[in-house]
Amino acid sequence: MSDFVRRYGWGLSAILVTLTAFWLLALVWVPYSVMIEKSFRLYLPVSEIGGPSDRYTLANYLSLFDMSASSEFLGLMVPIAVQVFLITVFYSCGVTIICFALAYPAAYFLAKKAAPAQIPTLFLMLAIPLFVSEMLRTFAWFIILAYQGPLNALLDAVGLSKVRWLSGYNGIIIGMVYTYILFMFFPIYNSLTALDNNQIEAAKDLGARSWQVHLNVIMPHAKPGISSGATMVFMFAVGSVLVPTLLGSPNSRWFTEIIIRSMFEGQDWNSAAAYAFLLLLVCLLFVSLVMKLFRVNLADITR
Amino acid sequence: MSEGVEISRVSVDFGRFRAVDNVSVDIRPGEFFSFLGPSGCGKTTILRAISGFLEPTEGSISIGGRPMRGIGPNKRPTALIFQNLALFPLMNVWENISFGLKVRGIDKAERRRRAEDLLRIVDLPDAADKMIAQLSGGQKQRIAIARALAVEPKVMLLDEPLSALDLKLRQHMRSELRAIQERTKVTFIYITHDQNEALAMSDRVGVMSKGRLQQVDTPERIYNDPVNGFVASFVGENSILEGRIQQLDRSQPCFVTADGAIACVAGPDLTNAARTKVYIRPETIKIGDEQTNTLPVVVNSVIFEGNVVSVIGRTESGAHLTSQFTNRPGLMLPSVGEKIKFTFAADAAKVLKVE
Repeated sequence: MSDFVRRYGWGLSAILVTLTAFWLLALVWVPYSVMIEKSFRLYLPVSEIGGPSDRYTLANYLSLFDMSASSEFLGLMVPIAVQVFLITVFYSCGVTIICFALAYPAAYFLAKKAAPAQIPTLFLMLAIPLFVSEMLRTFAWFIILAYQGPLNALLDAVGLSKVRWLSGYNGIIIGMVYTYILFMFFPIYNSLTALDNNQIEAAKDLGARSWQVHLNVIMPHAKPGISSGATMVFMFAVGSVLVPTLLGSPNSRWFTEIIIRSMFEGQDWNSAAAYAFLLLLVCLLFVSLVMKLFRVNLADITR
Repeated sequence: MSEGVEISRVSVDFGRFRAVDNVSVDIRPGEFFSFLGPSGCGKTTILRAISGFLEPTEGSISIGGRPMRGIGPNKRPTALIFQNLALFPLMNVWENISFGLKVRGIDKAERRRRAEDLLRIVDLPDAADKMIAQLSGGQKQRIAIARALAVEPKVMLLDEPLSALDLKLRQHMRSELRAIQERTKVTFIYITHDQNEALAMSDRVGVMSKGRLQQVDTPERIYNDPVNGFVASFVGENSILEGRIQQLDRSQPCFVTADGAIACVAGPDLTNAARTKVYIRPETIKIGDEQTNTLPVVVNSVIFEGNVVSVIGRTESGAHLTSQFTNRPGLMLPSVGEKIKFTFAADAAKVLKVE
């Protein structure tokens, strides 16, 4: 702290600390605290606020586990909300895996194989879509993937049959992979640029084939990047609102829809808050479990 | 069993830059061969061509008689020790050593056993479970060697492995490396810019400059019979006199300098040489006048290095000659500014073409 003050002087330090504190408190802590507090209270008509039925309760959380509306998931009957949650997690994992499968080769190519002169151009090509708002990008995919849209027109022109791209969860998966893939790409790219080329050559020299070099030398080095990328993509996918709404189909459900429906259709912000925090907690749990499974430490990710 | 390496008329171009120019040499099985030369002379490029990381633009490389064109580094019977060692930081010592065995599908217990055998060979028996970051420079060096030996290469390639070590450790590792080579009888191809290393360790040395192989010979002959001025200058010290050669065909060639004529011996290939100079080793110059050639000099400096003493004298025309002799008790050293005579035999003065 004293180093900090010495470097920036008292005035500037005070400003920086105040701004950070303001951001943390006013924009993060206070809203979250209010929502958490609300989540433990029932959504009551104005007249009953402050009255006897206004007490702290877990009712909002428990309503998700109401077996009265249940649906099938892998042979078990579970409450609908739980089913939607499990579907959300399942497809989010799928999106994460697809993002990894696409981002890793691209990051490896850019980090190791691309000529230094090409790199700025390639980076620009990757980053340009981000200049457009997420809403417009997602909507663009809606147009591209529509049954009468340009992608099908292209397939038709080449002689292949048209495909219903937006059926089931396909549209959501495609849209999410497109939207979140850069969050997987950049951490992996950063990890890979730090890898000494000599190690790859040493592995080759000792007899390793390309896939063995990747598995034994390159990927372990990229593990921090892969972990942070996967965590970000998963959390973004689980909490995504725009993509499931625009690119979903009548058969698709996403957990965020339940939160939104409660918030806007039911005007029940208390339940919505409860659902949102439950989602957060369970996802944190899931991510921690997977990190333990792949032996990743938190310290590695933050590097 | 180790194999030899046949390098036949190999040239390597990077765009318009010719890094290796028509190099041919046959390295014998079980030999300790060094490529010696200054930075940028092409020795690293040759090593990478032998190990398979680049293909020669012209010429061919064969190992054990088998041509290696088109064969990648993971399929060649070579093992390369990198200048920065390139040990895998995320694996521990025995995992590093047995990596080459792992990618060949050998099971864990066997790999561990062989790693421990190799650790004994490189004299680090207790290091198996340590992480690389816990080792010192010399220890890392030995782990890199063990890792390379694990795949039982026919040819070991070493890229200036001792350059990052301090002097004492370098000297110790020199004898270690030589001992390992003699024990395992693997062909060692060693590249360095340190002439002491090359002379001390090698069976034969190939001196390179600007992509060309200047001379391939035993250390003694490289030092005593250099073929041109570059080799003479790069290996060991010299006093150099400029001038012109005369009477090349007579039994006693003569070199005319600004300080008079010097009886000398002619080096190879002098007939069409554009420029020639006389190169004289410091240990062949004595203070006095009893040898064939004698030149009066003024003492410029006297350097006492402990076991040897160097006296640098300036001739009348301004050339510098160095006389070097071993220290002994009761030695009288000349003083700076004193007028003395330097003397040397005819066969100590070698006329060589300047490279």
